[in-house]
Parts: sequence; C-alpha cells; structure tokens
Amino acid sequence: MINFIIRNIWQRFILLIFISIISHSVIHLAPGEPALVDPSNPRMKAEDIQRIRAAYHLDEPLHIQYFFWVRDLFTGELKSFKDNQPVLKKIWNRFINSLPLFMVSMMIIWFLAFPVGIKAALNRDSIFDRISTFLSYALISIPGFFLAYLLIIFMVKTFDVPVIGMRTFGLEEAPVLFKFLDRVWHLTLPAIVSAVGGMAVLSRYVRSQMLEVIHQDYMRTARAKGLSEDQVIYRHGLRNALLPFITMFGLTIPGLIGGSVIFETIFAWPGMGRLGFEAILARDFPVILTLTFFSAILVLLGTLISDILYGVADPRIKF
Amino acid sequence: MNEQIINADTLPPSKGLFQERWSILKRNSMAYASYWFLIALFAFAIMGKVLTQNIVIFDPKTVRLSEKFLPPLTPYASKVSVKEDVPFMGVYLLGTDELGRDVFARMMEGSFVSLTVGFVAVAISLTVGVFFGGLAGFYGRVKLGFITVDTLIMGFVDIMLCFPSFFLILTVVALLPPSIYNIMIVIGLTSWMGIARFVRAEFLSLRDQDFVVAAKSQAIPAWRIIFIHMVPNAIAPVLVSASIGVATAILTESSLSFLGFGVQPPDATWGNILADGKTFLFDAPWLTFIPGLTILVVVLAFNLCGEGLREAFNPKLRTKL
Repeated sequence: MINFIIRNIWQRFILLIFISIISHSVIHLAPGEPALVDPSNPRMKAEDIQRIRAAYHLDEPLHIQYFFWVRDLFTGELKSFKDNQPVLKKIWNRFINSLPLFMVSMMIIWFLAFPVGIKAALNRDSIFDRISTFLSYALISIPGFFLAYLLIIFMVKTFDVPVIGMRTFGLEEAPVLFKFLDRVWHLTLPAIVSAVGGMAVLSRYVRSQMLEVIHQDYMRTARAKGLSEDQVIYRHGLRNALLPFITMFGLTIPGLIGGSVIFETIFAWPGMGRLGFEAILARDFPVILTLTFFSAILVLLGTLISDILYGVADPRIKF
Repeated sequence: MNEQIINADTLPPSKGLFQERWSILKRNSMAYASYWFLIALFAFAIMGKVLTQNIVIFDPKTVRLSEKFLPPLTPYASKVSVKEDVPFMGVYLLGTDELGRDVFARMMEGSFVSLTVGFVAVAISLTVGVFFGGLAGFYGRVKLGFITVDTLIMGFVDIMLCFPSFFLILTVVALLPPSIYNIMIVIGLTSWMGIARFVRAEFLSLRDQDFVVAAKSQAIPAWRIIFIHMVPNAIAPVLVSASIGVATAILTESSLSFLGFGVQPPDATWGNILADGKTFLFDAPWLTFIPGLTILVVVLAFNLCGEGLREAFNPKLRTKL
C-alpha cells in the first residue's frame, strides 16, 4: 500500500514537471506580450517597454525564464505583471471565494443526480425514465450562459432577490444573520447554474451503472435469499454501482478553475475562474501559469485520492 | 460521420454488422429523428451558404438602419430602403437586429459557419486521436531507449488531460490573433485525448486477432494494416465521440463568443449572434432566444444521435432483436 502510494506520487510528480514545461512554453511562444497590451498608450515609449521586458526577464531565453518562474513560485516571490501583488496571495484570496460556490454546486450535483439516476434505472423505459433522459440531454446541450441569463431574468422578476456579485453593497454593518442570508441568496443562482451540466451527466452515469448492476447474478441471489427489495437494491446493487464514482469524484475537483470561468464572469463572482479570465485579458503570464499549474496539481491530487479510495473500497483490488 | 456509415456499408466484411446496428438505431425513435433532423440541417446550412453568398435578398450584411429591432414575422414596410434590400418573401421571418440586418439571413449564414467549426474541429481531433491511439495500440511494445511507445504516448495523453480544457482554449485563443481557423484548430487540438484512448483500447484487442496476424504474414505494409484492416474495426466508439464532439465544439465556440474571443464579425455564427443579442435582452428578446434555442436543439440532436450510436454499438445493451 505504502509502496503503491509512493510510486503513484512519484509518477505524478514527473507528469507535473512536464505539464509545467509545456504550459510555460505554450504561453510564452504564443504571440502577444504583456508589454504590448496597451499599444495605443502614448506614454508608453520604446524605452519603457524595454524596461518592462527587462524587469520581467522577458528578454531571457525560454529555459531561463522557466527557471525564474519555478524559483519565484517556490520561494513565494512570484509577482503579478499587472499589479505587482504576490501571485500566491491573489490566488488564495480568490480560492477562498470560489470554494463555497464549488462546494454548494457539488452538493447539488451529488444529492440530486443519485436519486434521479437510480429511479430512472429501476423503472427503465417508464415515463420518468424517458423524461429524465430527455431533460438531462437538454441540460447538457443548453449553452450555460444562455441558461444563466434566463434564470437571472426569472429570479429577479419573480422573487426580486439580488443575484449578481457576492454580497449586497452597503450591508457591512448589518447583523450577522442578515449578512448570512444575503450571502445565501447570492450563492444560490450561480451554484444552481454551474451544477446543472454536471448533474445531467452524473445522473446518466448513475443510471447506466445501475443498469449494468441490476442484471448481475448476485442480485438474483440476494432476491432468492428473500431479502427485501430495498436491501437488494441499496445494499447489494448500489454499493457495487458506486465504485466507478470514486473516480468521477476525483475528476470533478479541477472544475474549481476550468468550469467556472463563464459563470463567475456572468455573476461577477470574484473567484479563480474570473481571476484567470482577467489575467488572460491582461497577458498576466505569472497568474495564468500558476493557475494552470495549480489546476494540474488539483487533477493529479484528485486522481491520486480516487486511486487510493478505490483500493480501500474494492477488496478485489490488490496493490 | 453519417456518410461514413454508408461508405462502410459497401465494404463486404462489415456489411452485416453495420446493417444490424442500423436497424437497432432505427428502433431508438429519438436518435433516429435527430439523425434525419441533422441531415435536414446540413441541407439547410449548405443552401444557406449558397443563397447568402449569391442572392442579394438573402445578404446577411445588408444594413437597414430604419428597420432596427423589428420582431419576427414583421412584413417589410420601409419607404426609405432601396428595392434590393427587401428581405426574403417580403417578411422578416425572424426579425431584425440592432443594425436592421435580417436575422433569418444571418442565422442561415451562421448555420454553415457553426457547423464548419464543429466538423473541422472534430476532424482535427479525430485525425490526431486516431493517429496517436493507433500508434500506441499498434507499436505499443516497441521500445524507444528505456520506455515503450505506449508509455510515452499515454503519458502525453495524461499530461494533456491535466490541463483545464476550457481555460487552456481560452488562453491560446486570446493570445493568438483572432481568426476562425485558430478557433477550429485549438478546439481540435485540445479534444483528441478521449478518441486516442478509445482507439488504443480497441487496437490492443485487435492486434493479436487472426485477421491482423494473417495480414502481417502476407507482408502487407504496416500503414495498410492499420488504416485498411484495423481502423474500420475500431471505428464504432470513434463515431460516438465524433458525434458528441461536434456538439461540444459548437458549445465551446458559443462560450468563446460570449467572452468575446469567438468567431469575429462579419462572420456570423450561432454563438456570436447570441452573444451580441444578449445586450438587447429586454428590448429584443428574439435576438437571444432564436440563436439560443437553435444551439440547444442542434446540440441536443448531435448528443442524442451519438447516444443512439453508442447504444446501437454496445453489444451488452443489444436486447431482444
């Protein structure tokens, strides 16, 4: 077990090095430079651009730049091109904001997808199955921002609640309970919208997993033993159907960054996705690179955790 | 993709298989309906391309400033515009936008561009995916120095999977000069990993089968074995991913358009018509709803078609013929 974990971490560490090299070269080889973001600014003279390039090591060869980036990242000295703030602190602040959004939408996804998927699988080809199948395809197919706009109009017109941003401006002095409820209102809609796609996909997976399991021999055996239907379905069936979802869970973690760009932009939510988008607009290479690196770490961590959990949950797997 | 099924039909050995699968697909009414819907859509898109380029009443770029924000089905009643500007049948079937352009004509043009983005992106990802997957599956045991080809390629696939895909696409598209070709290439080059994995898995089970061994014993060149003998046998999961891939590419393009990095005007796509229309959501809701619902329906049809193919090709789910 320990050997397995160490070997896995070692492999992922090597992957991570390659990822950082590739993302560094992709970003630096692409045309467009931080010094050229504002070409029409009359106060930017050639020598200013030269000074900026020198200050950010942009004149050095690529591998030296890579070395500088890694050194600064690990000593915590990495500064944003845009406002000279430490990158790690910036990302951490945004991470704290993204986390509740991500957790609430994960909760919506996992708590709703399972009952729907199981019910659809148990009543295959029933009205419920057909409707939920069609609905989940429709939800996968709808452009996320289109749905977000429809929901914003609907919510604002019917419930008259604030939906944009993280909190209502000017409520800093309000009682704690009031502030909390205000936060909940702001959280609801973005969380629902970002949960919709994942929920549709996951409920399809749950359905197909349950369908695979339902016709297995051990299910017939369990029925033959005279167990109640609930016990057959939930103890014998669901437990076996659950195994692949350990992997799915690991793979949802990177959604923290990649999946949230659009929704955080629409809802003006100051999270990591929006930080990435702003950094792209400003050609803020350190922030883009560090975010990509961070998200790769999350992916690798997620798969590592799911590999280990898989071994713990499934006794058939030997390390 | 659909043409490929028909072409494969003419190959004698696979004939039985594809006919059998086709009859299974037919029984799935939603998938079958979306298949015909997509055929009709291709016809519409090609017709749209021809008409918008050649016939002046379909010109999507005609600006009629006196005819701004007319709701759908408004008859043409302008006294200011010249005669050539009269829309098709004298009616704005889908209304006009903020410059008085005919939305129907723009949607016709956009259908062709959007579908092209989807298909070219998928063609690129298919090419790269089949190439790497085939290489890893066929030459997997060959050693290059201290690692095998398989480890090398699959390691690369794992690396690519670690990038947050939309974020990566956005970064590259934003850094490159805006061009429709860049968008197709970038979407294609960031979505081939699934196909490579499927093709590799199929090749691993195919490479030791008798027909491949027989082909090798006749000294048939490797590229011929791979492309003529093995790829047609591994095509089923690839077709499924291709169908769903087109859907994803169309959605990705519309998301990029929303952020301002999609296909740039004057080229119209469903995505950028929608992204432009959202500014006028309250004054002219049809500018948002028409492209939004179009994307929804078309992407839904691609997804249902892909799922239908998946069910048809899944031997486990082939119950009671």
